[in-house]
Amino acid sequence: MTCSIRDFAAARRAMAELLSVRDLRVDFVTDRGVAQVLDGINLDVAAGEVVGLVGESGCGKTTLARAILGILPAGAARVRGGAVRFKGKDLLSQDAATLNDEVRGRAITFIPQDPFTSFSPVFSVQTQIMDLMKWKSPRAAAGRRGSSLFQRYPRERYRADHASVLETLRAVQLPEPARALRRLPHEFSGGQRQRLMIAMALLPRPDLIIADEPTTALDVTIQAQILRLLRALVKERGVSVLFTTHDLGTAHEICDRVVVMYAGQEMEDAPRDVFFERPAHPYTRRLLASVPSADGPLRDIPGEVPSLIAAPSGCRFHPRCDYATAECGAGRPAPWVVADTHVVRCHHPVDAPIEADA
Amino acid sequence: MSDALLELVDLVRYFPIRNAFGRRVAWLRALDGVSLSVMPGETLGLVGESGCGKSTLGKTVMGIYAPMAGEIRFAGREIGHLPKRERRAVAKDLQYVYQDPGASLDPRWKVVHSLHEPLKIHTTLSRADREREVSAILAAVGLPDAHLDLYPHELSGGQQRRVGLARILTLHPRMVILDEPTSGLDVSVQASVLKLFRSLQAAFALTYVFISHDLAVVRAMCARIAVMYLGKIVELGDTPAVFEKPRHPYTQSLLAAVPRIGGRRVTLDFALEGEPPNPRDVPSGCRFRTRCPLVQDVCAVEEPPLREVGGQRVACHFA
Repeated sequence: MTCSIRDFAAARRAMAELLSVRDLRVDFVTDRGVAQVLDGINLDVAAGEVVGLVGESGCGKTTLARAILGILPAGAARVRGGAVRFKGKDLLSQDAATLNDEVRGRAITFIPQDPFTSFSPVFSVQTQIMDLMKWKSPRAAAGRRGSSLFQRYPRERYRADHASVLETLRAVQLPEPARALRRLPHEFSGGQRQRLMIAMALLPRPDLIIADEPTTALDVTIQAQILRLLRALVKERGVSVLFTTHDLGTAHEICDRVVVMYAGQEMEDAPRDVFFERPAHPYTRRLLASVPSADGPLRDIPGEVPSLIAAPSGCRFHPRCDYATAECGAGRPAPWVVADTHVVRCHHPVDAPIEADA
Repeated sequence: MSDALLELVDLVRYFPIRNAFGRRVAWLRALDGVSLSVMPGETLGLVGESGCGKSTLGKTVMGIYAPMAGEIRFAGREIGHLPKRERRAVAKDLQYVYQDPGASLDPRWKVVHSLHEPLKIHTTLSRADREREVSAILAAVGLPDAHLDLYPHELSGGQQRRVGLARILTLHPRMVILDEPTSGLDVSVQASVLKLFRSLQAAFALTYVFISHDLAVVRAMCARIAVMYLGKIVELGDTPAVFEKPRHPYTQSLLAAVPRIGGRRVTLDFALEGEPPNPRDVPSGCRFRTRCPLVQDVCAVEEPPLREVGGQRVACHFA
């Protein structure tokens, strides 16, 4: 296979990326040994694009999201190499203060999975949102280093910020925003709390929102409402989203592009339609085939997800793969550009529509 | 009576809501007159969103909650109001699987101990007979005999799950209630668990009640489904018919909300607004009327009964 890294780089430059993760390696130190949780990940998010990061539990999607934000658990996690470039700057080499001032909660915001534990139960929603706005409103000056926690909130700005909070709460279709602000978090249902979280993620006018399984805890009709709302809002505002999920149906609903991870390696990166109709990686194909269908047979993936402490060499999927050869265990396949924005890391990519496997 | 294995007639279970002084201030109507029957050998799916009462239904049938009214007939015998001792004997035929059957293993017991226990309690088999029985069951769930001498923590999560199922099957129950058996599993693991359920059903002639919020899983597993909303069954019918032509507006919205792979994004057309009302404050008349696109005046006044519409049973005035 003559795939060249040069083709890959050229294909990627053409995408005018906002965020680009290159060869990122993160280890976790545990009692039983060092787990290589991210093993040379590449990921790109272009401006205005919704990218889905899918994979089974333990594949490293949340670790990747946290590594981008620089909020990996300090004691256990170790970044061993690679780069996270955001708007041309490497986030890994910046100091914590700069990250806090300019990136976290401003240019990149976060929607958590669990809308139940993400609010403090003892303060009103208004207090909590205005606390955020005090520091992270687009009207607040960026360089606030040295300012004290007790710095007052200028009244003019408070009024303007409060108005944009109300406007954003209307945009996320929260009923009676002015009254809602005075209530405590427990007075809201899960769906409404997730609407509040989306509003808080949008308020600093970020370039990128990282959403970590934001609809997993919701019922299906509420999930449909939230997905519809989130997609409409980010498209209207031109915000990029990195959306992690283990649910392929959800990824199909919200994404423009899908990246699939397995055991800490990215396997395939493709536009949504290609990903679901003509995936090239054997893992992607087995994963899609295991989604239950109305009358088709149930198809699982034999074997179990490997431990990341003693992960298989080369392509980590090779012990469970139908196409595996000696080559697969010897080294990890280089990125292979199937088409402009379709990249697969496999020595034996499949060139057939997904139905061919049934 | 009919030849149904399980028959529920107007089953009611409310939970009291108490204030800080222990006084009852309201009732949470978790099950509000549920009737259905399950035929021997079939898999009945029970779907609905959180708080609709589907787990309460399973637990009431199991005797974990006592029914407040109505009847539970199992194999032709009313079991809802039996004395404790007699009720316990029913457990041999009627078993319940929690979300993670592996988590209900005692961590200090070897697998062999856990698997022998139900046989000691419910049967008079000799030790040799029990051993034969246990290794047969273990083979059926796909585990080697060598695992008998391991502790639960020495097994992987999937193997623990299999041991948990084996433990339930040692008594050869006639009916197993599966409560959200695949939630929290990844799709590839889910597929192998569902395959296991299917092969066990064939091997042991089991009848399943399959409680789930995942419509794709229910569609793949169940011949018939019952859709619940706020303590009531709103639609009941053969799975293909319900999925192809849902009659109740709630079923229609529920099916429209499920993300589907391939084709257009379904959420773009998703129209249902609002959230389910609090089950302690159930709307008058039809419970779905506060969110229903077809709502008329009659819906607030009259509660629609479950009636036959084109092969399905639907509780809607306009189905």
